Amino acid sequence: MNDPIISVRKLTKRFGDFTAVNAISFDVERGEIFGFLGANGAGKTTAMRMLCGLSFPTSGSGRVAGFDVMREGEKIKRHIGYMSQRFSLYNDLTVWENMQFFAGIYGMSQRESIARSNELLQRLNFAAEKDTLVGSLPLGWKQKLSFVIATIHNPGIVFLDEPTGGVDPITRRQFWELIYEAADSGTTIFVTTHYMDEAEYCSRVSIMVDGEVRALDTPANLKKQFAAETMDEVFRTLARGAKRGE
Amino acid sequence: MKKQHNFLSFVKKETLHILRDVRTMMIVLLIPVVLMILFGFAISTEVNNLNIAVVAPTRTDGVRQSIERLANNPYFTFVGYINDEQIDPMLRSAKADAVVVFDSDYERLMAMRAEGMDTKPVMQFIFDASNTNVASAGAAYLQNVMTTDHSSQQLFEMHLLYNPQMKSAYNFVPGIMGLIFILICAMMTSVSIVREKEMGTMEVLLVSPVRPIKIILAKMIPYFVISCINLTTILLIARYILDVPMSGGVGSIIFLSLLYLLLALALGLLVSVISSSQVMALLLSAMVMMLPMMMLSGMVFPLENLPKVLSPLPYIVPARWYIEAIRKVMIMGLPLTAVLKEISILCLMTVVLLGVSLKKFNDKLE
Repeated sequence: MNDPIISVRKLTKRFGDFTAVNAISFDVERGEIFGFLGANGAGKTTAMRMLCGLSFPTSGSGRVAGFDVMREGEKIKRHIGYMSQRFSLYNDLTVWENMQFFAGIYGMSQRESIARSNELLQRLNFAAEKDTLVGSLPLGWKQKLSFVIATIHNPGIVFLDEPTGGVDPITRRQFWELIYEAADSGTTIFVTTHYMDEAEYCSRVSIMVDGEVRALDTPANLKKQFAAETMDEVFRTLARGAKRGE
Repeated sequence: MKKQHNFLSFVKKETLHILRDVRTMMIVLLIPVVLMILFGFAISTEVNNLNIAVVAPTRTDGVRQSIERLANNPYFTFVGYINDEQIDPMLRSAKADAVVVFDSDYERLMAMRAEGMDTKPVMQFIFDASNTNVASAGAAYLQNVMTTDHSSQQLFEMHLLYNPQMKSAYNFVPGIMGLIFILICAMMTSVSIVREKEMGTMEVLLVSPVRPIKIILAKMIPYFVISCINLTTILLIARYILDVPMSGGVGSIIFLSLLYLLLALALGLLVSVISSSQVMALLLSAMVMMLPMMMLSGMVFPLENLPKVLSPLPYIVPARWYIEAIRKVMIMGLPLTAVLKEISILCLMTVVLLGVSLKKFNDKLE
């Protein structure tokens, strides 16, 4: 079980003449919080879609959660969690109904999903809001709920696509506490973000520019390498050389 | 077992969406009832309560008999005797829709006719034709009522088969069925699929292990159930309130309708694949599906009146074939074997539509 949960080699995606992702290679260890950074248009989303089994790589190879990204997309889907940058629970269903639904589509049995939902509600301290319509919850709560629902089927790894967009600093802080908790219990976190202070929270960070991974290390080492005070400076230095615009 | 569960939770979730939205659900369930009542009673092409004034210079027995017949007819209301000068004001003020003018020599002329002689006309109808539908239908009725057993030289004998009372409900019920099912199956389903795209939830669903085709199927099931409820309501109203005969058997009608429902669902799938927003799905359904359907299905306008250039168009409107088949089975009482052509065309359309939309759907995913 000590092999990396994500391991990709020369993963490439081309759309016609355009190379969205150009031969990226990296490993993500189990239990890690892996920050996946890059300006808009750098190829982050395309890379993530390939890792989630949503899109076939043009060439290269890779394994996610033990399955081949080329051939076993469907199996990958069953073993990962995913939280989209857009809020993606159903506003017209209650907290409980949302949980039951997502547990259901991941193939959990009735008994499993009830036990697991109760456990998560307890952990969030949210049992009282069980029958509240999700639409009437404050944004911060919705975000946290999205996160725990993304982990409802106990996936080995959760992909978070800019999970804290549009959320106030206090809620962001609380959200990251949830992420730490999940990572402590062994879930690998793969997170993209635009907030450089959040990059500091990650165990390791990769920065994509023009479809390539230009830097990959712990935040501390990256700052040393680029002789920068903050991750923000590191990012700016790298992004300045970008040829692709928005 | 596991697979079953994930599909079922999908159907359950879709059902919850519909149940939560009480207003929409009420509308969907009530639309057929309202339309049926509206078209069945309020909106009809029958001519009712036509106000008739009479100019009769000599009120002989023959004239009186004619007028009595007129006054007793449920379609006409006899508003009174007037003189020549009043004809125009009566019509202008809309106190009368038509005026019947008897010749002053009525009795003598009728007697001459009875002996087989040619005479000048014995009476004149003056119609307010500002509404052409009322005027032409009314004129035909009036002529019928006033000439029976009068003219000894009856040239034609007319029999109206299948709908002897010319009830417009007979005509509209199949049309409404064609309309409702497109509305619910195609429009509601496509809007609900596109809503997930628009909300961003589709993304999460696609990352989940549920097969995309199952997402679509699960969405269709609740709407299919609603359509079946509607079908029941429509058939009940048609049979017991509007007295539509259903002479070809309820089984055949249901079979045809289920086939058409399938077709409508395939259409909805296609719309949802093409459109990227709910507004677009609505517009596509309304402008591209509903309008041509109303115009070209033969429900409102006779297809025979279409200009030559447009005449191939109705052949590709699914509703037209459905409505034609339903009309044959429901009103004319023909067995299913008589509508084999319509059935095979509907089947063919369903297969083609399903094929195209599934292909497009899969292409879109990559």
